[in-house]
Formats: sequence, C-alpha cells, structure tokens
Amino acid sequence: MTNVIGRVAVLGDGLSLWGGMDPATGAIIDPHHPQHGMVLTGLVVVMPSGRGSSSSASVLAEAVRAGTAPAAFVLGESDLILEIGSAVAEELYGVRVPVVVAGDRAASLSDGDHVTIGPRGGLRRG
Amino acid sequence: MALSSHDRELLDGSLGTGAAFAMRLVVRAARATGATRLIDISAAHVDSCLYHGEATLDFVHRLTKGGARVRVPTTLNVGALDLLHPELYRGDPATAKRGRLLMDRYRSLGARATFTCAPYQLADARPALGDQVAWGESNAIAFCNSVLGARTNRYGDFIDVAAAITGRVPDAGLHRTEARRATLVLRLADDVPASLRDHDVLFPVLGIVLGRRAGSAVAAIDGLPPGQSEDRLKALGAAAASSGSVAMFHVVGSTPEAATLDLALQRQRPERVELIRVDELRAAHDELSTAEGERLAAVSLGTPHASLRELDRYAAMLGDRRVHRDVECMVSTGRDVMAQASERGIVERLRGAGVEIVVDTCSYIAPVLRRAAGPVMTDSGKWAYYAPGNIGAAVVYGSSAECIRSAVAGRVVRDLRPWGGR
Repeated sequence: MTNVIGRVAVLGDGLSLWGGMDPATGAIIDPHHPQHGMVLTGLVVVMPSGRGSSSSASVLAEAVRAGTAPAAFVLGESDLILEIGSAVAEELYGVRVPVVVAGDRAASLSDGDHVTIGPRGGLRRG
Repeated sequence: MALSSHDRELLDGSLGTGAAFAMRLVVRAARATGATRLIDISAAHVDSCLYHGEATLDFVHRLTKGGARVRVPTTLNVGALDLLHPELYRGDPATAKRGRLLMDRYRSLGARATFTCAPYQLADARPALGDQVAWGESNAIAFCNSVLGARTNRYGDFIDVAAAITGRVPDAGLHRTEARRATLVLRLADDVPASLRDHDVLFPVLGIVLGRRAGSAVAAIDGLPPGQSEDRLKALGAAAASSGSVAMFHVVGSTPEAATLDLALQRQRPERVELIRVDELRAAHDELSTAEGERLAAVSLGTPHASLRELDRYAAMLGDRRVHRDVECMVSTGRDVMAQASERGIVERLRGAGVEIVVDTCSYIAPVLRRAAGPVMTDSGKWAYYAPGNIGAAVVYGSSAECIRSAVAGRVVRDLRPWGGR
C-alpha cells in the first residue's frame, strides 16, 4: 500500500455523507452545513465526527466508484460507518480512502495544510 | 483479537470468497470498535437493499458471485420501489430497474422478502429480550434495543449483511449490558399538561427533542404514564433516530429494561438530569411543519411502516367518510402487514375511502406521491424531518386524527386541545 497525500479541508460540523454529499459531484449538498457547496473530491476531510446516517457507507463507496471521493478522512472519534464504506470501496475498486482517528490532533490541522497518511494510517504534515 | 476456528474458516475462504469478504468487514468493524472477540447473532435485519448507486449493486454482486448466503434468519428493509404495486413509481424507469435488481439480489442471498422498516411487527421475526442480533435501519435499531430489549448496535450499509452472512458481530457497544445503562435522565416538567402526556401527537415531537438532547447517549424519559403502546414508542424512536444518533432509549414504566428509573440507570447515578418543558415541545412541534395555512395537497401516513393496529385505526377514524377529491392520501406499510389487513377487510375499507396503500418502500424515499411538493400533512416526526430535504415537500405535522380529519376536509384542520388549548 502506498501513502495518501492531500490538502486538508476542515469541516466545522460533522457531515453525514447520506443527504450531505452528492456522490456524482463530491459537493456538500446539506443546506444546513456551513460549507454547503464545497467540493470535497481529492481533499483530506478533517471533521470532529462522521455524524453518520447508516447509509453513508454506500455514499462513500459510490463516490469512490464515481471518482469524486475525498482522498482521506481524519476524524476526532472513530466512525464505524465511514470505516466500513472505506473498506468496501477498497475491496471493490482498489482505491484506498483512509479513515484516520486522530483524537485531539484532528483539531490541530488547518485548511490548506498538506498531510501524508501512511499505509498503516500514520498521519504527518507535509 | 480472538477468532474461533469457524471464524478462521470464514476468513480464509474455505467457505467461499463471498463469506470471506463479509468476514473481513466484520473483523474490520471489530478493530474499529475495539472489540476483543466476536459473538453469535440469532437474526439480522438488512438495510443495504436500498439502491444508492451502482456501488451498492457492485457490492452485492461480489457477495453472490462468491457464493455467499445468510447464515441466520434475515429480514430486508425497504427498497427503492413497491414491487407489488410498481405502477405507483413516478421516477426514472432506469433507476427503478436498478433498484429492483438490488432488491432481487438480496433475496438471492437467502434473506426474506419483507421489505419493511418495521420488522418488529412480524411475529416470527421479533427477537426476544436479551437476544443478540444485527439490525440496520435507524428506527428499527432504536425499537429493537429499546422496546424489544434485544441487542444490536447501529449496523449501517454493508456491515449489516456481512453480519447476516457470517452470523458474527463484534462484542461491543449495546451488545454489552453496561452500555445499555441510561446516562441521561430527561424528565417531563410539571408544566407539560396531562392531556399531552398521553396523546399520540406528543410522541414524534418528544422523539425530536430526545434526539437533539441525547445525541448518541442512552437516555431515560421519565414522567409519561406507564404502559405506552408499541406504536407510540415506534414514533418516538423513529423521530429520535432522525434528529440524533439514538440507538437506544428507555421510557420509565414502558420499556423492558426500565420498569423503574433505578433499573434504567442500572442502579448508578446519571451523568445528567434535564427537564423538558412544554415550551420546548411546542417549539419542536412547530418546527416540524414547514408549511403554513390551511392549504393541503396530500397526506402521508405510515412512517415507519404502519402496524395492523394503526391501519385499523385509520380506517376507524375515516368511518364512512371519504378522502377529499383534491387530496392525495397515502399510507406506507409492509407487505406482510398489508396481507393481514387485507384478510380483515381493512385494506378494502381504506381503499374504498380513497386511501392509497404503498408497500416495500416509503413515500419520502421513492417517488410515489403525485403531489409531493405539498403541502403534505403527516403524523410522522421522521417523515416531517426528512421529506423536505429528500423529496422537496412542504410539510405540516399533526396527529393521526388531525391528518385524517384534514384529508376528509380537504384542508389542514388543527386540534390544539392536547396542548392545553393554545
């Protein structure tokens, strides 16, 4: 497995991918979300939690299939639904979208930071 | 993590590549939840059969191609269309075709074609107190834990069917007794009128408040008359699992692990005790409606799927009156409940009064309402919460009685007496 490298996008609120991100475009479609309209494709999405509808795993897998998915997720707390969506996408399409649980470190990342995620989920800047 | 020899057989592919794929997901889930072992489940309810794009078909295709079959009795949640009444579908025919194919693929895994979000209404699919199961669909999860006292975590898409195929889940979260303890007590304040505490209109509204206050915590609601019906608890849990990530709640005197508040707390001190005042309930009630005025285009009932008792009540409330010619009135239910209602003549009475019955899906997921733009009146907190975003409906929330009276009158008719005659 190789490293995943990407630019950070910090989401103020947790995003439920189901009803929250359009897998056809990668854009945030939840009108209540502060970053409504932002396209997440290829970004390292940092958020406090997955705030997950149980269908978010399907939306993540579909976004990976469509080539619109984020490069990775960095979460404050673990999220089984995103974890499973990521595992299924990797099995089906051979694309790794790591879901890293970083605790308080998630909050230390800022928009535009470049980060590298190693094959075992290790997170470093640059 | 400790794996049994059977777990290893599943994992190494000697029971098929489909089962091995499913087992890899279960092991991944165990790692994510910090479980040190897996446990057996006796049943599963699978939500993955709702089409969310080609990835959902690619996934089940991988399972069927790999020879996977469910290992425990498995019910299926709603799909993208009503297979018994496909003419009700008003969307893109190509999408309907893919949605139908997905539903068929899940049947071919050996799951039962129930296509209902209320599997707990099926006598032969209800787990018993203490049973370990893997259920998907947020309202069903909340009902299973809270009202049946059977044990499940929030199993989302893919992992629900992986659990059904392997018969195994991580020993974590609500499968374990200590996680089922109420840490939050929500007490109805003295200013909540007695007329409201025992009225249908309260429960979806209280559920919205519960979800907001509890998030993913287990709360105990104190202050309701004991012995609340399953239909009311269903409405409460469905709303709570919409506004929050509620997978379990207690209602003191009504749910099986809360005969007393002390039992719900497992004899420990709660972390928080909060009051719910009538003003907060009023505000939550008002926020569920996005349309104002008397204009009414449609009425949508049965979210989650109507029980036999609810269908009977709707028919009784209609009596010999008919739905107004300018109003579309639809009730969603499960195909098995519809069959029971049909035997009792309830389906005929409802249809005769102008009520359309839809099964296998739901009117906020599938394009089945002709007049979806609304205003649509509903007695469901969950429908009111999701329909504006999902199908763009303007919504009016009211009790079942208000909905039926409005459907007949052809305009929104309110009854605010339960609220203390506001």
